[in-house]
Parts: sequence; C-alpha cells; structure tokens
Amino acid sequence: MTDLSRRHLLRAGAAAGGGLLLSFSLPFGSQAATAFAPNAYVRVGEDGSIVLTMPYVEMGQGTYTAIPMLIAEELEVGLGQVQLEHAPPDEKTYGNPLLAGVQATGGSTAIMASWQPLRQAGAVARTLLVAAAAKRWNVEPASCRAEKGEVVHPPTGRRLKYGAVAADAARMPVPKDVPLKDPKDFKLIGTPAKRLDAPAKVNGTAVYGIDVRPHGVKIATLTQSPVFGGKLKSVDDTAAKAVKGVRQIVRLDDCVAVVADHMGAAKKGLAALKIEWDEGPHARLTTADVARDLEQATLNAGPVAENIGDAAKALESAATKVDATYQVPFLAHATMEPMNCTVHVAKDRCEVWVGTQVAARAQAAAAKVTGLPLEKVVLHNHLIGGGFGRRLEVDGVTRAVQIAQKVDGPVKVVWTREEDIQHDMYRPYWFDRLSAGLDETGKPVAWNHRFAGSSVVARWLPPGFNNGLDPDSIEGAAKFIYGLPNKHVEYLRVEPPGVPTAFWRSVGPSHTIFVVESFMDELAAAAKQDPVAYRLALLDKTPRTKAVLTLAAEKAGWGQALPAGIGRGVSVQNVFGSHLAQVAEVEVAKDGTVRVRRVVAAIDCGIVINPDTVRAQIESATIFGISAALYGEITVKDGRVEQSNFDTYRVLRLDEAPKIEVHIVQSGDAPGGMGEPGTSAIVPAIANAIFAATGKRLRKMPIDSELLKRPA
Amino acid sequence: MAYSVKINGKTYNVDVDGDTPLLWVLRDVLGMIGTKFGCGIAQCGACTVHVDGAATRSCVTPVESLNGSAITTIEAIGATAAGAKVQKAWLDREVVQCGYCQSGQIMAAAALLAANPKPTDSDIDDAMSGNICRCGTYGRIREAIKQAAQPATQSKGG
Ligand code: FES
Ligand code: FES
Repeated sequence: MTDLSRRHLLRAGAAAGGGLLLSFSLPFGSQAATAFAPNAYVRVGEDGSIVLTMPYVEMGQGTYTAIPMLIAEELEVGLGQVQLEHAPPDEKTYGNPLLAGVQATGGSTAIMASWQPLRQAGAVARTLLVAAAAKRWNVEPASCRAEKGEVVHPPTGRRLKYGAVAADAARMPVPKDVPLKDPKDFKLIGTPAKRLDAPAKVNGTAVYGIDVRPHGVKIATLTQSPVFGGKLKSVDDTAAKAVKGVRQIVRLDDCVAVVADHMGAAKKGLAALKIEWDEGPHARLTTADVARDLEQATLNAGPVAENIGDAAKALESAATKVDATYQVPFLAHATMEPMNCTVHVAKDRCEVWVGTQVAARAQAAAAKVTGLPLEKVVLHNHLIGGGFGRRLEVDGVTRAVQIAQKVDGPVKVVWTREEDIQHDMYRPYWFDRLSAGLDETGKPVAWNHRFAGSSVVARWLPPGFNNGLDPDSIEGAAKFIYGLPNKHVEYLRVEPPGVPTAFWRSVGPSHTIFVVESFMDELAAAAKQDPVAYRLALLDKTPRTKAVLTLAAEKAGWGQALPAGIGRGVSVQNVFGSHLAQVAEVEVAKDGTVRVRRVVAAIDCGIVINPDTVRAQIESATIFGISAALYGEITVKDGRVEQSNFDTYRVLRLDEAPKIEVHIVQSGDAPGGMGEPGTSAIVPAIANAIFAATGKRLRKMPIDSELLKRPA
Repeated sequence: MAYSVKINGKTYNVDVDGDTPLLWVLRDVLGMIGTKFGCGIAQCGACTVHVDGAATRSCVTPVESLNGSAITTIEAIGATAAGAKVQKAWLDREVVQCGYCQSGQIMAAAALLAANPKPTDSDIDDAMSGNICRCGTYGRIREAIKQAAQPATQSKGG
C-alpha cells in the first residue's frame, strides 16, 4: 500500500453521450509499473450526473457509500449527486490490486485499494472541469474554484454547472500532478454519511440475486450428494413428477434438481424423490479423523513462516515453560440469503443473474460449463444478502449453469437452507501446538508456534502459495504485534479429505488471533501478571496497537471489580491494516451457559471514511464472532455434515446480543480494512473473559458449556 | 386448487396445492419479492408478514390455512402508522447492512409497536428474537424500535 498515486495512469476521453469520461488504472499486485489498464470509471454527464462504476459489490459493508465518498470529496460534489453502477465482469479493468488483480470484494480490501486512486480520479475530473470553465470565461483556472457540482469564479460571481462544461472538459489535456486535499480540509470523508442503499432495503424494493425474475423463469431446488464426493446412483421420480407445479427433474453426476413453477412445488417434489447415492471414498469420514490428521501433522516440522533469534535454545534455559494445543472447528458462512443463481442457457449465449463477490470468475465459470466464449456470457451482478467469503466462490454458478443447460428457458436455482449449510465450503479446521518460555520476571523469551490446516489461498489463488506458505494462513501468527527476542512459527498445509474449504469472515486471523491472544493470556497468567499490562509491556515497537489497547482497557473499566461469575477478557491485534483491541465482559452461569454482556472496542483503522460504517462493521463483525465462539461448529459424521439449519447451526439472536461500544482513534494513516477485524478479535476476548470468571482455559472452539458447569 | 388470498388490500386467485407456504405464493407466484426466504422452518423470521395484524412466518403458513385473512407485506407496511414509524427509525439509525433480513425485522417490529406502543426491553426481546440478522444489526434494531416508540413530537431521529 505504499504510494499508489505516483504510479497512476490517468486518461480522459469523450464519454458516450458527450460527457467527460475518466478512466484510471491501478498497478496489479507487484507487477511492473508498465502493466496498467483502465481500472474504474467516473462519468460526468452533460446533465451534471456523476456516475461511478463500482468495482466492489455491496454485501452489507457499506462500500456503496464509502467508495463514492472518496470521489465526491475531491470532485466537490454532494453524495446525493453521485450515482452508482455495478461493474461488468472484466478482470483487466476492475481487478482488485490488493487481491492480485482478481475482480473480488474480500479481505477488507476495498477501501485500502481505493483510497488513493479514487480520490485522484475525483481530483483530476475536478481540475479538468475547472480548466474548461476558466477557458470559457477566459480567466485563470487558479482564480476559479469548484463547489457542490459547479465551477465558480468568485471575482465576477459567475457559475457554471459541471454538466455544462463536461464536454469541453473531455477535450482538455490531463494534468500530470494533481494535489490531493489535506485531510484537515475534508468535508465529506470522516463525516457520518447516510447509507445510499438503505431506503430500498427498508421498503422491500432492493433486488438481491434471489429476487430476479426474468420472463418465464422456473424455480429449481436441488440436492447434492449428502456425502462429500459421492455420486448419484439412481433416482425414482414418479412421486415427484406427480406434484402439482413440478415441471422437470434434472439429473447430474452428483446432484438432482427439481424444476417447478414455484419453490413450494420444487421443495415438495424434492422431498418426494427416492434417491440412492454411491457414497464414494469418504463415506466413513468424521471430524475426529480430520482433527487427528492435523494433530499428527504438527508432530513434525513444517515450512517456517517466521524465525527470530533462537527460540529452541531460549526455551531450554527459560525459568518457566508453558505448553498448549488449540483447535478451531469447521464453520459455515450461513449468509442470510441462501445460495442461489439464475441462468438462461440459449444456443449461442448464456445469461447469469447472481450476487457475487467475484463477477469475472462467475462469468468464467459459466463459460467453462457451456463451452461458450466469455463474451457470450452476460452476467448481471446483484446485491448480496451477506457474503462473508461465501460469494468469493463460484460453485453455485457452476451448479446452476449445469442445471440450466438441461432446462428450456431461464431457471432460478435456489438452495434450501439445509443444502446451503451442508454444501458450504467451510472455514478450515486448524490444530495448533505452542510452547513458550518465560524468564524470572515472567517476560516471554521464547515463542514456538506450529499449526496445521487447509490453505484456502493454495486453491483460490495458487500464485499466492509459495514454499509451503501462504500469507493468509499465517497472518496474525507470523510478524505479529509483540516484540519478542526469540520466535519460531511453522505452518503445515494439510487438506481435509473431502471437505471443501473457503475464506470466511476474518479468514486466517479467525484462527491465528484466537490462538495467539489466548496463549498470550496464558503467559500472563503463568507470570501472575495483569493481561493488559503484560501485553502493553511487549508493544513498545507498535505504538498504534498499544494506543488502542490502552484506550479499550480504560473505556471498559479494566481492573474494576465485577460480581462473581463475571469476567473481563482482552484481545488486541493488527490485521487487515487495522489496529483493534476488544474487551469482553462475560457471565458464566452455574449451568455453564455463557453470556457476553458488554463489548468495548477501540479501533485505529487509519483515516476514517465514514465513522458510522466503521462502528457498524465492528458491531457486525463482533456479533459474527460471538456466534462462532458460542455456537459455531460444523461436524462431519459418515461423510455428511451433521448440521442443517439455524436450529442445529445456531447463530446469535437479539436477546443474546451484548452492548457494543466502539471507540475510534483519530489517525492520519492510510485506511485499513474494517469488515473483518472484529470477528477475529472477539473470540479470544471471550475465552479470556471466561478464564477470568472461572479459571478455566478453553483451548478448543466453540465454547463447551459442559466444561464450565459448577456444582450447584 | 384455486385459493383466493387478500394481500395488501387486493384479492388474488392462485392455483397451487393447499399446503404451499404463503412465502412462495408471494415471491414466486405473485412476484412480491420483498418478503425473503431464509430457512423455511420458522427459525429466522426473514419471511415475516402480518396475518390479520399478527407477525407470522409465511414459510410455514399453508395457503389453505388463510381463510380470507388479510395479509400485509413489507411492500405495504409503510402505509400503516407503526410501519411508517419503524421504517423512518430504521433509516435514522442506519440499521441496515446487507439488508436481507430487514423486511422480516421491520414486519416484526411493526407488529410489536402496533400491539404495544411502549415496549420494554424484554418485550423487544420477546418480539424480535425469532428474527436472525447475520450482519448483527441487533443493537441498532433495539435502538430503532425505541425511537419509533417515542411520540412523534419527541422523535429526534439519528
Ligand atoms: S424463512 Fe420463514 S422463518 Fe426463516
Ligand atoms: S442486515 Fe444482513 S442479515 Fe440482517
């Protein structure tokens, strides 16, 4: 994220319709600075409209509000004057520079990637508009100024609307260097802006992927082999075909779909099918097998993610040694909008309607199944009812196109919740082994950490997996916030047999932060020191991290007495470019039930674009993490996922939701990610609070209330 | 068989099996897509509508059970006093994130306020805990309901 601005290429040209079109490009990952391509578009119409094509998809994170703020700030227009368009699938144009050029919304990268280039785009457009107006008035551009969508010439009081000079501006030479505003002059950035997508979401008119209704669309629902990797053996569809409204039964290798007039008939038809499966090689698989494989793997050395000093030697001579193993489970995304995708396959063309975090990949998936060239696949992207990583995958698109190939006309494939949970791609299971050594004063002098689990990056972005390591799996474990003299971290990639894995909100750190922050708490306890003071002493080299920890502790009333059965726990991290500390106040009932009463968060995410979005994202990510800590677990038995709906895969409800206070540290640094940090931070804060309340250290998620039961 | 259903003041005739859940009649047969599907087993509340004013999970409400009851959906809730207040409070408090659960949340909240204009925290718990929000907007939902419960003159907004 170092100074992207100098490497920008900005071009202006006449837009279709006679306005000013400005395209600008970002470098792709670490490729040479010559590999530029247009990356996003700002269009100023002659009617004064300003249209921004959004490379990032809205899935609740507020990106449709924050991204336009960047442009509007420099362009000197109100947010109300900006219109948004979904970007068409086009990786060359809209690739995310922080995700190696993949057109993706994920990893909390949208604001990080857009911070410089979008402001730059706004500033260049403004400069051209001012220059065009100045030329028409025959005055110096420097004597003019832009405000609220107009160019003003204060000495004479003349004004021209942007639209009136847009055509002229398109013919002006593009300036080389346009200074960006000093953050202290921001009018929009840093102010709480109303969400632009909210009105349609409160009156039922917002259109998600699941809501599209192309003319003549049929509804299909499906059942895929309940055992991972199984195949369809036979299906008796006599009863299903007799259901009113059922039109067709589609058989695939490992899946059966019922096509009907409406979902009610499709589901009824599905229930009436008699299916036999060839269960394949994973018919006996259980979660315990997966855990055992991982545990075994950590007995041997693996690729070294980080080495500082000599941890083995330091451990030998340490005054106190602490050892522990940790485990985190498979997790489902359970986005509120179940998986769905609508497809119309015609002879020489395929049309796809879907809410996706990866538009270009979705298009490519459809092209692959149909054998059509990319340009014959038309993709319509829609609002997403919760992504959390699930919409970074295109398995649902592939599936829907396979079904649509056998259906005449458009078909909307809607997964039942049961199918959505049992055929998710899961947050990986991880197993960790740690040992640390403390000196006589209790200070950690050695830190050894070895862990095993699936590498999502190795499948999703193969070039990102190198020498047995990938940056996501080790984020938060290697190069963490604490200054330690001797540290050794190893990661072993071990793929679970049959169980597909994927990114899940807060990705790698959803695992590493739980482990690191729990173990750090163990060290503080072994040293008989206060967990906050213990951490602060190790944070001298990371002042921003230290500051959020100090602030969170202060706001939470750290150190103040609490009634019996209630404890406070802390965690602190710097992941996704943001520094976050959380203090959780947790009550453990006699029967072992855990309730999170209050959460205090302090965040430094660099310059804040929209403070209300920052708060909303911390609240959201925290609730998401509490669900995982208290209930989140996907288990496998006989090759099948045991959970199926919100009754067996519980998530937090309103009556269980704690008060969440978010304190934002003012900062002049470039913005960090906001969608995910809250999820990784809260889990260890809860586990540490349980330790404070009960003296019990939980090293395996989710929380097992049985272990916390006290005699009556 | 054909059933006649009264939705948002209009009567529709639909030709489906009697056990077809109202949710699919709304979404797929009549094209009213504001009511959402989340679980299909009365666990999430995304499909909440009003049946004669009571918050009801349409995913488990067979069309044959309606017997001429008046259905209100998110598309028309803004025309009721409680619904309009709830929608305004939702905007003032910036409740929505992905928004997918919010039709159901708003329908549940509107039913609560219509029946109980001054709900306590525990009334809110009871009325709203059947509605899941995966984006975790619960704190704002609670605040918005409290705002909507204020008499109009005291309503500050935001
Ligand atoms: S869809 Fe009806 S309660 Fe979930
Ligand atoms: S706003 Fe996304 S599920 Fe509630």
